[in-house]
Amino acid sequence: MAQDEKGAGYWRWTESRWTSPDLNPKNGEVNSAGVDVGSVSTQAVVMVDGELYCYSNMRTGSDSPRSAENAMNWALEDTGLTLDDIHATVGTGYGRVNVPFATKAITEIACHARGANFMYGPTVRSILDMGGQDCKAIHCDERGKVKAFLMNDKCAAGTGRGMEVFADLLGVHINEVGEMSLQVDEEPPPVSSTCVVFAKSEAAALLREGWPKERVLASYCSAMAHRVVTLLERIGVEEEFAITGGIAKNAGVVKRLAEELNIELAKTDMDTQIAGALGAALFARALYEKKMKSG
Amino acid sequence: MITAGVDCGAKNVKVVILKDGEIIGKGIKLAGMNTNAAAEEAFQQALAQAGLTRDDVAKVTTTGAGKNEPTFEHEIVTEVGADARGIHALHPEVRTIIDVGAEEGRAIKVNEAGKVVDFAINEKCAAGAGAFTEAMARALEIPLEEFGAVALQSSQSIPMNAQCAVFAESEVISLLHRKTPKTDIARAIHDAISDRITSMVRRVGIEERISLIGGMAKNIGFVASLKNDLKTEVIIPDDYQYVGAIGAAWMAAEE
Repeated sequence: MAQDEKGAGYWRWTESRWTSPDLNPKNGEVNSAGVDVGSVSTQAVVMVDGELYCYSNMRTGSDSPRSAENAMNWALEDTGLTLDDIHATVGTGYGRVNVPFATKAITEIACHARGANFMYGPTVRSILDMGGQDCKAIHCDERGKVKAFLMNDKCAAGTGRGMEVFADLLGVHINEVGEMSLQVDEEPPPVSSTCVVFAKSEAAALLREGWPKERVLASYCSAMAHRVVTLLERIGVEEEFAITGGIAKNAGVVKRLAEELNIELAKTDMDTQIAGALGAALFARALYEKKMKSG
Repeated sequence: MITAGVDCGAKNVKVVILKDGEIIGKGIKLAGMNTNAAAEEAFQQALAQAGLTRDDVAKVTTTGAGKNEPTFEHEIVTEVGADARGIHALHPEVRTIIDVGAEEGRAIKVNEAGKVVDFAINEKCAAGAGAFTEAMARALEIPLEEFGAVALQSSQSIPMNAQCAVFAESEVISLLHRKTPKTDIARAIHDAISDRITSMVRRVGIEERISLIGGMAKNIGFVASLKNDLKTEVIIPDDYQYVGAIGAAWMAAEE
């Protein structure tokens, strides 16, 4: 990103990693991994016998294979595990064919549905994945198998990149955008331009008019919520409904979306950005078990 | 009769003073944050060139995205109507007008009488407007005025995957990381916007002759890509930025 070198980098969301304090991978029979190389972020997830053991969540670099390796190395850091201890790995996401150590590549639609099924439970039927450069509405069955999906990957409106542009414009860190947008007494009208480039000019004009940042962000978050509701309405929403991806962490968009749909959202304690990698790790486990059975 | 046409575009306000079918004064100002103030200034500029005062102008007609902004007395006409009337005055042989401004792209089909037969507009997406080239010039750190010329120095055509200006910016950055020559990236950008514009023009149907107007007509890189896509020559009037204002001034005189 151009802002990377020049600007203050308000769009830089926080990278993270996690290891389960309870699981011991040495006792596991199957260690499976999933790596989701997205256009903006990359996640690596390691599961031990189908339980989440550790993960990392990083920004994707300009080189997909290296991003996949970096994410995997970070996930395994201090776990005592190495790549050799992993029995099977599935790559997914935009850069899925560029995961050098993967056994197989599976589409992110299938992985997100499978991952959401694990994260939110088998009652989830509709998933909205709000990623860095795309937005997908997915219907799945109780096993997390995809029944239908719709995707916008042509336009930044309704994606994480769009929100990053606004974080930079307003000089508000991306992690705080959602909460800040909720600090308004009254809901302002949504930004009227769909296009992020035009919405940015519109927001700049609102700031010049003296609108506080909170109000401008409220206006943009509600525009984004409305934008994805239009996508969802084309495929329909069946309960339970869950949101995955980075924007799922933005309370400003999520709350407005739930209100507009008049729906209760499924909840999880897990990092919503790892859904794709989680699904990939579950597929990897199934692949390995199938291989073992067939000898 | 002396009339004035004021075209309040998203980026520039253009004013034309018309006397019995002759253009006798022109003015242009950046719209900035205040379209009304820019319109006043551009008007004064045009009047000074014509050697007239405001009282000499019998009627004022405005058009463009900010056509409601001016506080002086005026009538309003549509951008599509003004473009059609303007091109009829300048090049009556034109049947297809392509108007690419800062934040809007239009394709207009006109008949021999200069009447609008059909049109298509993109005002929703920066990818089909000048704003796209501006954003990309910024990402490549090439001055906008030189951007088109840089594209013409390209030795090979490379594809751009992204349509969206925001995504294209990321793509440009990764192309730069991969050491792709700036000239080739510049060409890819101009090819991309031309592709968008051409598919919009195809929706109304391409009929010769074709004229390109609006601020993007000054970008020689875009003009080259567009000619390549349309596989024909395009007429670029000398007053390519003023066509809407000229049309508005004509419409003021005719009503």
